Amino acid sequence: MDGHVLLIEDEPNIIEAIRFILSRDGWRVDVHSDGASAMDAVRRRKPDVIVLDVMLPGRSGYDILNDLRQSEDFADTPVLMLTARGQQKDRDIAERIGVSRFMTKPFSNGEVLDAVRELAGK
Amino acid sequence: MGLKQVDVAQACEISPAYLNLIEHNKRSIGGALLSRLSRALSIDPADVSRGVEGSVVAAMDAALARYPDPVGARESSEDIIQRFPGIARVLHQIITENQQLAKTIEVLSDRLNQDTHLSASLHNMLSTVTSIRSTSGILASDEDLDADWQARFHRNLHEDSQRLADAANGLVTYLDGLSDSVSATSLPQEEVEAWLEARGWRIVELEDDPDHDTRELLSGASLGGAARMIALGLLHRYGEDARALPHDLLHKTAIAADFDPMAMATASNLPLAVVLRRLAVDREDVPSAGLVICDASGTLTFRKEIDGFALPRLTSACAVWPLFDALRQPQMPVRQLVEQPGQPGRLFDCTAISDIRWPGGYDGAGVVEAVMLIQPVDVSDSLARAIGSSCRTCPRQTCAARREPSMQVDRSDPAAL
Repeated sequence: MDGHVLLIEDEPNIIEAIRFILSRDGWRVDVHSDGASAMDAVRRRKPDVIVLDVMLPGRSGYDILNDLRQSEDFADTPVLMLTARGQQKDRDIAERIGVSRFMTKPFSNGEVLDAVRELAGK
Repeated sequence: MGLKQVDVAQACEISPAYLNLIEHNKRSIGGALLSRLSRALSIDPADVSRGVEGSVVAAMDAALARYPDPVGARESSEDIIQRFPGIARVLHQIITENQQLAKTIEVLSDRLNQDTHLSASLHNMLSTVTSIRSTSGILASDEDLDADWQARFHRNLHEDSQRLADAANGLVTYLDGLSDSVSATSLPQEEVEAWLEARGWRIVELEDDPDHDTRELLSGASLGGAARMIALGLLHRYGEDARALPHDLLHKTAIAADFDPMAMATASNLPLAVVLRRLAVDREDVPSAGLVICDASGTLTFRKEIDGFALPRLTSACAVWPLFDALRQPQMPVRQLVEQPGQPGRLFDCTAISDIRWPGGYDGAGVVEAVMLIQPVDVSDSLARAIGSSCRTCPRQTCAARREPSMQVDRSDPAAL
C-alpha cells in the first residue's frame, strides 16, 4: 500500500501496535497524542485516512472530528474513530458529526487494517 | 389505653395468641369478632379495619393506579383483601419489596451513570485489553518478526497485563465498596443527613442551649472531614434558629396558627425560612414534616425525607417542585399542594421561600438559598400539582419539564406504550 495515515491516539502500546501493522502493510504512519493540537498535525500534511481515538488529553475526538468536518480542506477526509464506548448513542453522536467508520475497543488488527484500506479506497 | 392483651383477648373470646396474630396482620377479622374487638377497644369498627388493613389497602391502591386495566373495571383493593386475604398480604409484601428494589436500582443507576471513577476505570481497562489484543495478534501472526520487535512487544504485553490486573483489582475493590454502600452514605452531605437522622432530626442540646458548643456535639460522630464541615454549618444555623424560635414559642405559635408557616412567621415576626426550618425539626407535639434546601444552581444542599415524598439521592430534583418556584422569585413565598406519582390521593402541602444575601459586599456575588417544607395533608384536591422525585425515576412522560428519559414507563400514558 502507499498512503499516509495520521493516528491520533494517546495510549503508547496501542500506538506501537497499530503503527507496526499499518507500516508493515506499506502505510506511512504519523502519530499525534494530544487532542488540543491535533488539528495542527492534520494541517501539516493532509493524510489519506485519520485514525482518531475519542478519549484524548486536551480535547475529545468528537470535537476534533467536528473541526475536520467544518473545515473545507478536511470535510471529506476519511476518519476511522476508535472508542471504548460502544453504545448506540455514542455511534449516533459520531455519525451525526460525520464519522466515516466507528470501531469499538477491543478490535483486532485485521479489522483496523481492513477499515483503513477501505476508507482509503485501496 | 391501659389495656392488657390478655384482657382484650378474653373480652373478644379468643386466645391471646390469636389476638397477637391479628395485631401483626397475620389474620383478618370481620363480623362478630370485629364487633367484639371494637367494643373491647371502645373504638369504631371501621377504625379497626382501617388499622389492620389500611396499609395493605393503601399499597394496593397505589399499585393498581400505576397499572390500570385496559380492559375495564377491576376489583377494588378492599374486594381483593376481603376475598383473598392471604394473597393480598403476599401482594403487599411484593409491593413493599418492589419499592425497596426500585430505590436500590435508582441509587445504583445514578452511581453508575455519574460515577466518573467507574467510567474512567472501564475505559482504561478496555484500552489496555485493546493493546494486549493488538500486540499478541502481531506476535502470533508474524513468524518472521525480528528479535528486537519481539522483545519490544513482549515487554508491552507484560506492561499491559500488569496494568490490566491492577485495573481489575481496583475495580473489584471499588465495586465491593459500591454494593456495601447502597444503603449507606457516600457523599459528605449524606453522611451528615444520616447522622441527623440517627439523632431523630433534633439536636436536644441546642434546643436546651442554642449556644452549646457545636464542635463538642460532633466530637463522638464518625464523620469525615468534609461532612464535619457541613455539619458545623448546619448546627450553627440550628442554634440560631432555636434561639430565634425556641420550642415553647414554636409550639404555641404553631397551635395558634394551625401550623400555617406564613401565619406563624407573621405572628412571631421572624423570616419564613426560619419557621420552615423549625417546623421540620421532629418533635412529638408537631406533625412530622420533610425539608429540602437548595442553592442557586438548584442543587439540593439539605434533604430531610418524609414518608411518601421521595427525594432524589444523586440526581437533580424534579424541576416543577415549588422549591424552584421560590428560587426564581426571591423573598416571594410559595405554597402549593403537590402529588407524587404512584401515590394517588396522597398530597403534600409545600411551602417555600428563597432569600439572597451578599457576603462579599457590593462587589461580591449574591448567594441565594431556597427552602421548602413538605407537610403531609389529609385533603383531596384535583388541583394538586403533579410532581416527581427526579426525571430519571418519574413515569410522567408528558411532563413539559422533563429533561431526560425515565427508567420507568407510565402505563397510564398511551404515548409511553
